[in-house]
Amino acid sequence: MSTPGASTGAADQAGASTGAADQWPLWEVFVRAGRGLSHVHVGSLHAPDAELAVRNARDLYTRRGEGVSIWVVPADAVTTSDPDAKGAFFESPAGKNYRHAVYYTKSEGVKHL
Amino acid sequence: MTAPAELRRASEPAEPTADELAGQAAFDELIAADSRIEPRDWMPEAYRKTLIRQISQHAHSEIIGMQPESNWISRAPSLKRKAILMAKVQDEAGHGLYLYSAAQTLGIGREEMMRQLIEGRARYSSIFNYPTPTWADMGAIGWLVDGAAICNQVPLCRASYGPYGRAMVRICKEESFHQRQGFEILLELMQGTEAQRRMAQDAVNRWYWPSLMMFGPPDDESPNSAQSMAWNIKRFSNDELRQRFVGMLVPQAEVLGVTLPDPELAWNEERQAYDMSEIDWTEFHEVLAGRGPANAERLRRRREAHEAGAWVREAAAEYARKQADRAAELAGAVA
Amino acid sequence: MTRPTPDAHGEVSVDRLALAEELAGTGSASGPGEGARIAPPETAEYALRLGDDALVLAQRLGDWITRAPELEEDVALGNIALDLIGHARSLLHYAGSATGRSEDELAYWRDEPEWRNAWLFEQPNGDFACTIARQLLASCYWFELNTALSASTDPILAAVGAKAVKEVDYHRDHAAQWTLRLAGGTEESRRRMIQGVADVWPYLDELFEDDELVTRLAADGVAVLPSSLRAGTEAAIAQVFAEAELEPPAGRTAFTASGGGRRGKHTEHLGPLLAELQVLARQHPGASW
Repeated sequence: MSTPGASTGAADQAGASTGAADQWPLWEVFVRAGRGLSHVHVGSLHAPDAELAVRNARDLYTRRGEGVSIWVVPADAVTTSDPDAKGAFFESPAGKNYRHAVYYTKSEGVKHL
Repeated sequence: MTAPAELRRASEPAEPTADELAGQAAFDELIAADSRIEPRDWMPEAYRKTLIRQISQHAHSEIIGMQPESNWISRAPSLKRKAILMAKVQDEAGHGLYLYSAAQTLGIGREEMMRQLIEGRARYSSIFNYPTPTWADMGAIGWLVDGAAICNQVPLCRASYGPYGRAMVRICKEESFHQRQGFEILLELMQGTEAQRRMAQDAVNRWYWPSLMMFGPPDDESPNSAQSMAWNIKRFSNDELRQRFVGMLVPQAEVLGVTLPDPELAWNEERQAYDMSEIDWTEFHEVLAGRGPANAERLRRRREAHEAGAWVREAAAEYARKQADRAAELAGAVA
Repeated sequence: MTRPTPDAHGEVSVDRLALAEELAGTGSASGPGEGARIAPPETAEYALRLGDDALVLAQRLGDWITRAPELEEDVALGNIALDLIGHARSLLHYAGSATGRSEDELAYWRDEPEWRNAWLFEQPNGDFACTIARQLLASCYWFELNTALSASTDPILAAVGAKAVKEVDYHRDHAAQWTLRLAGGTEESRRRMIQGVADVWPYLDELFEDDELVTRLAADGVAVLPSSLRAGTEAAIAQVFAEAELEPPAGRTAFTASGGGRRGKHTEHLGPLLAELQVLARQHPGASW
């Protein structure tokens, strides 16, 4: 198991499991910038628990009104795809251009298609 | 939880394995295409180490850099300035946190970085070892120090390591007000009383050279620069950035009405660059070696805050453990 | 095939900001403009009390920046202090309109006996537990006050209260969260939390003292009668205490006999605080910054 982009390895090293008594675990922070938008990963922070994590996230990542909603997730709760298996995971879509609208050139110029 | 593959590789014998060769090839291809390296990609150990060093130094600089300015929060001469300064120092804490997060993706914990800092084993920008005896220093730091930092940082937004670049984008956006507020402090002083003007010029005199030193040693004496540029971590050389910075300062100094303390400073039409006096690098090396005026003071303050806060961090961690235990008990009782 | 690699980080540009009104209720960030409301003298005195409370506590909290127990907390306490400076500026700006003085003239050029803050706010930070205890009392009180103030018949006070109540709601939550953690954390943190509460508790009563001025203003619906805030404030504190398994300390100090902050009598802690706050401004009379 490993963490996503922004925190790989960090959770293994800085997480609560290995830390000193005063060390807080790492949390990944996702902020929704406005209604109708997805929560987007903005970074991470340290907090002793979920309640303080979401408050720290508010103070750290929305000081300039950047968000209307926040998610926090323990960094070590995120499972990520294995970069070494990049080929096996992400090769398949290549060669399937017919999944994209632009593949269909003959209908170009026809309205409402 | 398995150790990241990259770390396991580091301890193996020097002979490159097939995996390593493939990893290096993929890495080289990404760099050549000016794409981004992400945390779980294979990367050369030296690249990882360089980044950890650079990002953690940068984070430490933000954190230590809070101190010379926080020195004036309580005495800021107007409530508006007090609020601005407080927001700025607070931003610096935030920037330190963004950067520590980025460094953590490389496999180093924040606790470890903090320990390196308070034990004096890590570097931070030596500029923050200069004291801030007057209010005008708040202006000079914003205008010159933040100005130099922004010159350095804007290209870092395109650094090849994804988390670092992303942290820098955030930081650069937020810092756009830092330099301006500094400039305006100086402008206000220069348009004020005789005593205020003297205060402003004196601060510019003290911060000008250290701010130029922030770009690092001249290109021919900068051992790590070439490799960092090849890796697309660094995009411009130290001297290029320094020239660019001085080029921006000269017209701004005219607007302010301050004199930049370099009698040799002049535009050289032939070279299409500014001529300037030799920088006193002995001072730079002294300060870098920890013999700056406020070096011990800065580290002491950070260490005291960290140590004095240990019982609070422990309490919160202990409370979280108790809450988790209680939740588990409840779940167990239900089952 | 080479894929085009767009710059993943996008362009760096200055955010376009729709700046919120800098001083709530003043209708202008740049001083009394046309049509700016002038505070009636007694209302000005009331605004001064509330403004001094906020400013003095902001000054105290500012000292935590670079000294908090964790970097995240530097940021959190900084946010709270910034909110309070905002409240103070709005209130002092309004208070000063009665006598043609600016927020800065009031903040930097009044001597200690002219300050109207209650004693709670000028008490030293102590350790983190003491600061949290002070925050809990202050923010529970302010939540009640600003809730009521937002219904004031004075439009400026109502506007300030309406903005402040949302901010102090968060401050109250911050203090409550930390009270729970310190009281329920380690033995040491519990001991310190109990001590912190004991240190600030004697200053709670002063917040609920009525006097002639505030009674007159309250009758007109301008001010909030301090005594009317006691029940709500104490209930909010009691709720946090119950969850944290803390007892309210026995015995309180009544300050009416000795004067109290509303009449310009202060504990020995305000003098040094003001000396620091005002030192630079007073070295340069008439200067602008």
